[in-house]
Amino acid sequence: MSEITHQEKVIDGQRSTTRWDAILIWGGVLALLAILGWGLLQTFNSPPTDVAPGFEMRFYDGYHWDEKAVAHLDDMQGQIVVLNFWASWCVECRLEADLLEQAWRDYRDRGVVFVGIAYVDTEQHANQYLEEFGITFPNAPDLRTAISRQYKITGVPETFFIDRDGRIVRHIIGPVQPAVLTSLLDSMLAN
Amino acid sequence: MEIHGEEKGRFLFNLSANLRAILRESPRHFLKLLILPLALLWVSGQAHAQQPVGAVTDNEVNEVARDIYCPVCENVPLDVCPTQACADWRTIIRQQLAEGQTKEEIIDYFAVRYGEQIRSAPPRYGIFWFFWLIPVLGVGLAAIFFGRYVWQLQKRPSTSKPPGVTAVAKEDYLAQVEKELGKK
Repeated sequence: MSEITHQEKVIDGQRSTTRWDAILIWGGVLALLAILGWGLLQTFNSPPTDVAPGFEMRFYDGYHWDEKAVAHLDDMQGQIVVLNFWASWCVECRLEADLLEQAWRDYRDRGVVFVGIAYVDTEQHANQYLEEFGITFPNAPDLRTAISRQYKITGVPETFFIDRDGRIVRHIIGPVQPAVLTSLLDSMLAN
Repeated sequence: MEIHGEEKGRFLFNLSANLRAILRESPRHFLKLLILPLALLWVSGQAHAQQPVGAVTDNEVNEVARDIYCPVCENVPLDVCPTQACADWRTIIRQQLAEGQTKEEIIDYFAVRYGEQIRSAPPRYGIFWFFWLIPVLGVGLAAIFFGRYVWQLQKRPSTSKPPGVTAVAKEDYLAQVEKELGKK
């Protein structure tokens, strides 16, 4: 009888061990799936459509905003912000460079701020590009690609139009067309 | 054209015989023959020495570039990346190598500007240790599970002697034998 009890205890012990093993294995599998799922979500997430994510800009030498060499997007609240992602190696960006500079000069006194973010660019080439097109609006590098990842851009050029309350009104992929730019800015100013 | 065995011996013999003949008949001609290859060697050495000091070879650039990934075109290392951005980066690597920077310093420079995702392997600090520990933990856990499995196999009683059942069966069997003997 005592032998039977001992054997039952052994079997119970084995069952308990197996249960813990199964819990650990399934826990590990679920954790792995969760990590993979999170990674996929990060990859396929669409760009922000409502509140513009805040970020800090360290402007290139010679550029500033409100006499600051470093500024945060929140500092610009109350103004319309045209956030443009570009790169010196991007051919399409060259198509809109003159237009953006001209629009900046036309709208800067009406409460519109243009901000350029150089995406994955070398400082030397970015400065050459800015000089080539005579860009005067504030420009900063996308350090650690932190800003482009927040805005989930798919390439360059991409432009976000942010209203006075810090909300994204429009997101344009590719070069901005003159008519679209002026009508959009005019309607945002009217609102 | 390759010269083998007997042919090689004959060639060397003829060469030395010809040189001895030239030396015997015209020592000045022999001297010219000796000076010419030496002069050629010296000129080639000079040409090699005229390369800029600290010039960085493509192999040295690629040695660093293969451990940096292009953030624009995913999963493409810099040494084989065909885009203009990557070409610009390789130029920077060349400049920094010429300035005497180490591979780690150059990779850190790019990581600071373009993000940690440009590294071919996670760095060894902060939260990134987690990625290095995952395989170690995985192997450790697998070893523990395997060890426990083997231990359980060893602890499990032999199947030829079923637990519990044996004792009961034995008693029944003895009772049956006694009963049969009693009948006789």
